[in-house]
Amino acid sequence: MSAPLKVPPMLSANPRLDRWVKFNDDRTVTVFTGRVELGQGIITAMTQIAAEELDLSFVQVRIVDADTRLTPDEGHTSGSRSISEGGSAMRSACAEIRAVLLAEAARRLDIPADRLVVEDGRITGADRIRETTYWDLPHAELLAREATGQVPPKPVARYTVVGRSTPRLDIPDKLAGRPRFVADLKRPGMLHGRVVRPPSFGAKLISIDEAAIRAMPGVVAVVRDGDFLGVVAEREEQAVKARKAMIAASRWDEQPLPTDATDIYRFIETRETTDTVIVERRDPAALARATRTFEARFSKPYIAHASLGPSVALATFEQGTIEVWTHSQGVYPLQRELAEVFQLPVESVIAHHVDGPGCYGHNGADDAALDAVLLARAVPGRPVMLQWMRDDEFAWEPLGPAMVVKTRAALDADGNIVDWSLDLWSNGHTQRPGVVVTTEPSVSLLAAWQLERPVPRIPQGDPAMSGGGGMARNAEVIYALPNQKVVAHRVEELPLRVSTLRALGAYANVFAAESFIDDLAQACGADPVEYRLRHMQDPRARAVIERAAQEAGWVPHQASDGTRGRGIAFAQYKNGYGYIAIVAEVVLEPEFRVTRCVAAVDVGLAINPDGILNQTEGGILQALSWTLKEQVQFDRERILSRDWETYPVLTFSEVPRVEVHLIDRRDEEPLGAGETPTGPTAAAVGNALAHALGVRVRDLPLTRDRIIAALG
Amino acid sequence: MSLPEPTRFTVNGVEHSVAAEPDTPLLYVLRNDLDLKAAKFGCGLGQCGACTVLLDGHAVNACDTPLWAVSGKQVTTLEGAQAGSTLARLQQAFLDEQAVQCGYCISGMLMSATALLERTPDPTLDEIKAAMDRNLCRCGTQARILRAIQRAARCGAAT
Repeated sequence: MSAPLKVPPMLSANPRLDRWVKFNDDRTVTVFTGRVELGQGIITAMTQIAAEELDLSFVQVRIVDADTRLTPDEGHTSGSRSISEGGSAMRSACAEIRAVLLAEAARRLDIPADRLVVEDGRITGADRIRETTYWDLPHAELLAREATGQVPPKPVARYTVVGRSTPRLDIPDKLAGRPRFVADLKRPGMLHGRVVRPPSFGAKLISIDEAAIRAMPGVVAVVRDGDFLGVVAEREEQAVKARKAMIAASRWDEQPLPTDATDIYRFIETRETTDTVIVERRDPAALARATRTFEARFSKPYIAHASLGPSVALATFEQGTIEVWTHSQGVYPLQRELAEVFQLPVESVIAHHVDGPGCYGHNGADDAALDAVLLARAVPGRPVMLQWMRDDEFAWEPLGPAMVVKTRAALDADGNIVDWSLDLWSNGHTQRPGVVVTTEPSVSLLAAWQLERPVPRIPQGDPAMSGGGGMARNAEVIYALPNQKVVAHRVEELPLRVSTLRALGAYANVFAAESFIDDLAQACGADPVEYRLRHMQDPRARAVIERAAQEAGWVPHQASDGTRGRGIAFAQYKNGYGYIAIVAEVVLEPEFRVTRCVAAVDVGLAINPDGILNQTEGGILQALSWTLKEQVQFDRERILSRDWETYPVLTFSEVPRVEVHLIDRRDEEPLGAGETPTGPTAAAVGNALAHALGVRVRDLPLTRDRIIAALG
Repeated sequence: MSLPEPTRFTVNGVEHSVAAEPDTPLLYVLRNDLDLKAAKFGCGLGQCGACTVLLDGHAVNACDTPLWAVSGKQVTTLEGAQAGSTLARLQQAFLDEQAVQCGYCISGMLMSATALLERTPDPTLDEIKAAMDRNLCRCGTQARILRAIQRAARCGAAT
């Protein structure tokens, strides 16, 4: 007998088979995923996986994403884990469901189960005479059981749905302008809400003339609870006008910030820190061969999610029951936090995921959900649609933390790296529930901390290295180096609110490490591609580096003419997920521009190859925006970048040619994809810029001013 | 309280009369009074293009266009796509290129691209970029959107 199969953790956590799949009377099935669609294509990929394992056609499968009444609890959709974790659970559940149903069909048809063939849900024997279907079987009874997780999924060689580029299910509605987003929902009697945030973090409300606001046209309720302020009106523009009036009419006691955007790196480097050695590999013999040492220091500013649409939620609150429609990444954690804030049983809170504006991590979605409920509580029985204004989003969403990274290396006489160290300074990269366990209740939701009877702020945390880490994500390089030491210096003091943003610490860490390795290559006169390959043994890593170089037409040792440059960078995301190498090309004249990005990607089995390409292209362009332009501005009082002019992002004119090449590894486990390109994009552009300029810019973003400064 | 004087205008070929304050942003009238949800609220500042609609054929931001300014005029939204139109051709090209990530910007992208192709049926890549520069996409879909607009232009030339 073979060893038992490893049960996917999400299936262990949600073992009932009927929690995953339901057979409908119209000969379709509905599958339930606890993962949420964020524009990354997850519902399409999950539908492919379910259709594949159940031997259904793609169009027979409908899908419901995260909903506390309906779907499995899969926590948060984050960290590029949806396919590896959620997909494996879906695959295992569907394989078992098929087996359970086939066992019953075998009994009824008097044909051994292994002789049965399933096609589009029709179950037949070889004689094609005796037949039944999934829907003719007592499926509800049969699925009312817990999964064993011991039914092997279909071999990859027999895949017909998975591994094929499949048009995304949500795109037709979005292209037709049909209501698909939270903000598009409409309910009878629906009111519109807006919130009034303090002028700065930690400010206390001194006074506000509520009566004057209540007298404004259309105003139904003015909500004041501690330092939380909001307004509900009949019409949306009335709520917007009332909010504006409330801002003018409110007086606040503000607290100064301990640092500002220019001082922040000195600040985080000089705080008390909690230090963790991430890796320490020692080979004294190799160290003894060192002839030259090098050092460098890199910095990365606070970066905003800056989703195109401000956070939004629809809520009702009546008779002790809360119902909320949200673009949260985790409806179950949100449900538990809302229950805590309102002191309700968890089952009295219902949370439905509905698509929202693009999500790249822990943004304002959950905060907006609480805001909407607080407003709905003031108007029992009436649904309230709450949307933040643009400045609410920029000033209050949790940001990606500022970081400092210092690197140090030693080379032997042949230019081989014999010693390597990386030290990084950062706040913890998450403020999600469930990361730090507290004895007293605490929540991640902004407004909860402002209430008359506040629920305390959840302590800042940092994802464990076992899950890929947070601040130290990708801080260890996977090059074969005899000596490597990585230390994470965690700063507890939090000048600004921060949490998870796409790739977390990997963005800065990969930028630093992959810039530094280019510096080393240059110091010993090596070609950057050759130098990486010289230190790399992992064949899949080598393959993406070689492929990216080949597709880009990389010419070894090519000198720059002083106006053009090209650079390469590599990473395996979380040192265990997708592999990617990116070549960037830049020009300096008439101004610094990135003209081309060529990537080679290996994510193992690609469920929906075009989906991987779309995610990778998007990841490259978003990272390009971060790398070239983005920096949250703040002074000693407040965040100053509050619109698209003070927080500019990539525009069409700045978009380079993007080419992504997917390496077919269908026999390998599917690996997370969405966050892989961020760090390598930054480093490839930085390396291309250094190649063109002859000097390196180590502080992000790589702006014109920084380039001029670097040229001295 | 008395209702404001109604404002009359045409949306997607249908005449409407809406009794809202004249300074009400067109976006809220479209979304809330006329139930046309394609145009999105992005910034309310005319900076991001998520709310782009056509006003007498020109791309405008509905978030900072007051209702009074559309009196007697023709507004076209994504919902007004007619078979065979430039807008419908763009929708098909965006579908073919799968030029969507979260999709929040897409309505505005399609409307700005429509205005461009109506004016310049065979634009260069630089002309497309210039015409789309006021439409932001945060997911990084721009490369696909550019390909989709080029595809729609080619299809337009073929018909």
